[in-house]
Amino acid sequence: MAKKPSAKTKSIKTNQEELLSFYKDMLLIRRFEEKAGQLYGMGQIAGFCHLYIGQEAVVVGVRHAMQEGDQMITSYRDHGHMLACDMEPRGVMAELTGRIGGYSHGKGGSMHMFSVEKNFYGGHGIVGAQVPIGAGLGFANKYLDNGAVSLAFFGDGAANQGQVYETFNMAELWDLPVVFVVENNQYAMGTSVERSSAETELFKRGLSFGIEGVQVDGMNVLAVREASKKAIAHARSGKGPMILEMKTYRYRGHSMSDPAKYRTRDEVKEVRGERDPIDAVKNRLVDEGWADNDSLKAIDKEIKAIVSDAADFALESSEPDPSELYTDVLLEA
Amino acid sequence: MAIDIQMPALSPTMEEGTLAKWLVKEGDVIVSGDILAEIETDKATMEVESIDEGVVGKILIAEGSDNVKVGAVILQLLEDGEDVSALTPASAPPAVKVETPTLQSDAPAPAPGPVMTKPTPPEASIPSNVKMVEVTVRDALRDAMAEEMRRDPHVFVMGEEVAEYQGAYKVTRGLLDEFGSKRVVDTPITEHGFAGIGVGAAMGGLRPIIEFMTFNFAMQAIDHIINSAAKTLYMSGGQMRCPIVFRGPNGAASRVGAQHSQDYSSWYAHVPGLKVVAPYDAADAKGLLKAAIRDPNPVVFLEHELLYGETFEVPDMDDFLIPIGKAKVRREGSDVTIVSHSRMVGRALEAADILAADGINAEVIDLRTLRPLDTETVINSVKKTNRLVCAEEGWGQHGVGAEISAVVTAEAFDYLDAPPTRVHQVDVPLPYAANLEALSLPGVEDVVKAAKAVCYKD
Repeated sequence: MAKKPSAKTKSIKTNQEELLSFYKDMLLIRRFEEKAGQLYGMGQIAGFCHLYIGQEAVVVGVRHAMQEGDQMITSYRDHGHMLACDMEPRGVMAELTGRIGGYSHGKGGSMHMFSVEKNFYGGHGIVGAQVPIGAGLGFANKYLDNGAVSLAFFGDGAANQGQVYETFNMAELWDLPVVFVVENNQYAMGTSVERSSAETELFKRGLSFGIEGVQVDGMNVLAVREASKKAIAHARSGKGPMILEMKTYRYRGHSMSDPAKYRTRDEVKEVRGERDPIDAVKNRLVDEGWADNDSLKAIDKEIKAIVSDAADFALESSEPDPSELYTDVLLEA
Repeated sequence: MAIDIQMPALSPTMEEGTLAKWLVKEGDVIVSGDILAEIETDKATMEVESIDEGVVGKILIAEGSDNVKVGAVILQLLEDGEDVSALTPASAPPAVKVETPTLQSDAPAPAPGPVMTKPTPPEASIPSNVKMVEVTVRDALRDAMAEEMRRDPHVFVMGEEVAEYQGAYKVTRGLLDEFGSKRVVDTPITEHGFAGIGVGAAMGGLRPIIEFMTFNFAMQAIDHIINSAAKTLYMSGGQMRCPIVFRGPNGAASRVGAQHSQDYSSWYAHVPGLKVVAPYDAADAKGLLKAAIRDPNPVVFLEHELLYGETFEVPDMDDFLIPIGKAKVRREGSDVTIVSHSRMVGRALEAADILAADGINAEVIDLRTLRPLDTETVINSVKKTNRLVCAEEGWGQHGVGAEISAVVTAEAFDYLDAPPTRVHQVDVPLPYAANLEALSLPGVEDVVKAAKAVCYKD
């Protein structure tokens, strides 16, 4: 029931159009997050800000396996997920700077953004809380018989929260159309999986509930996409949930205020140098003859322009009007 | 001597029940552990197990008998060597006096004859031609859910024992039969998890009613009630709705100890983004629960176990709704305002009767909703009476009475002829022993005393 990744993920079939689109999506997240980090350093973004750099292949691969109407929900490391859901970079960045142009009018911040239109259900700041909520979306899908699947993302840290297992139990008991995506980036803040988890292979965590789990190379966008397709099809067919453990890595600290003393610089350097998900796609694009230096540079320029436009917007957008303080607490009955 | 087997109590609040079925007949040999009979109340069914050995001598209460008093002898068991001649007529009063709840032990015995409290009509908007029917709070809550489930297919109820068991307190009785297991969903014992699933289902377009067996267990789920349900609309800039009702019994039951006896009124009433309702009678329970289910916001609906079995008049009409956020003057008076909610309203009304006999005319306000709080009704009353007593079942510190007192002091200071006074549970975890429990909980006499104190009488 639980599977480790196969060795031959490098040769997964793809085509020029698809791979270029993966490349652009991942690059947008990377450049966006680099800009967010920069704005944080300039004091334009405050509070908690958790960057997704290094993990881009996970959400992009999953997103490309989803269908229209499927929902996504995740934790507070959520900027990449929103961009992958086609939410506007301007609206996300303006929320980071706490401006009226942000998705939550500046009232949510980095960890709390939503888009009903794009089926993105947040953006949750309490570790693990999004997991039962994600299963609840699955519950609604089944109740409404709308054929949609809910994708509930959480990290290796949340994988030790009790409510995750309460959810596994009910999701399997009721065959809910939900796929649990564990983004195992090896560190829950400063605590490595080895120091926090009796069973470090997180794809096995659903075994006692009868939930099939698969370990996936989360640095390989094509492997992520393939595994996600199967898991989503499984959930959509009425067979209940699946767990995908994405082995990934974050290059930056847990949040902007984390000096990351719990791991060596060499460790980060090694992953960056040898397993970077964006470099891997770039190399394949070149190897296949689907892109050359000039076309890649053009893409880079295009992405940089989007990000710099988002940053300009986020800095120019005004602070929320003081009247916003009292709105959106309750709806009129 | 023959052994008298008595009608057992299923719970500390049970006074009588139905002897549904005998599983033994006269002459049967019984060993310890044998099941003798099945008994039922409106809440539950239980088997009566023998702890003695012997031969069934005489069955004294026929199968199917209703209203069998707890403690009544239902069967006599012959011990080894005895014959039927050993049977003596069972004594009419039970050998063991079964203690009924002591919560009202400080209240005077209910006066026989006409009740002094003038019943106020449940709601001004009820047309005069509408008939009133007697309904328990339990059935009023069930009717509210059933009516809303008939009206809107998105409404479903989820919780522990809500379906096949028919509700731990029988509030969901009959719903499974009418609506099926898709809409009446039994959960595992996993409050944190199913509260979160409910929140997700609400965000996904449904209208969940999440039943907690009691609100004591909702502490496991309070993160979802507050962080996930109450705050999301605001954090999403008004995009993400969460129309959900969290309901169940709240506050002290009877003799169940500290962990099962907490009043969470002020906990939830503290939180912006929630609506918090705590009804007293059956009409309010029904009208407010229907309004809560239709409300687009998360609503915490605090019921009271000790009110479930109480009967009140409910208007027999379709679509009987009571707006959330409106207090109700349950008794008009001119000398002192008593503000309360949930079960404490009953004690405030009893206290008002006693005070009336002493020449003090008390006005009793039932808050009904704790958030949004109808401070206008309270302030207007205090402007008339110039005196305030806040009575609640929970602890005083940072309680509902503290809030009401602060609001009245700030907004009607010049009208006050005495400092606002609070009546509440004493500042300890609720004890188990009957006498200590009674000492801990606020009763009618406490309300009377406080009202007299602010009126500077005796």
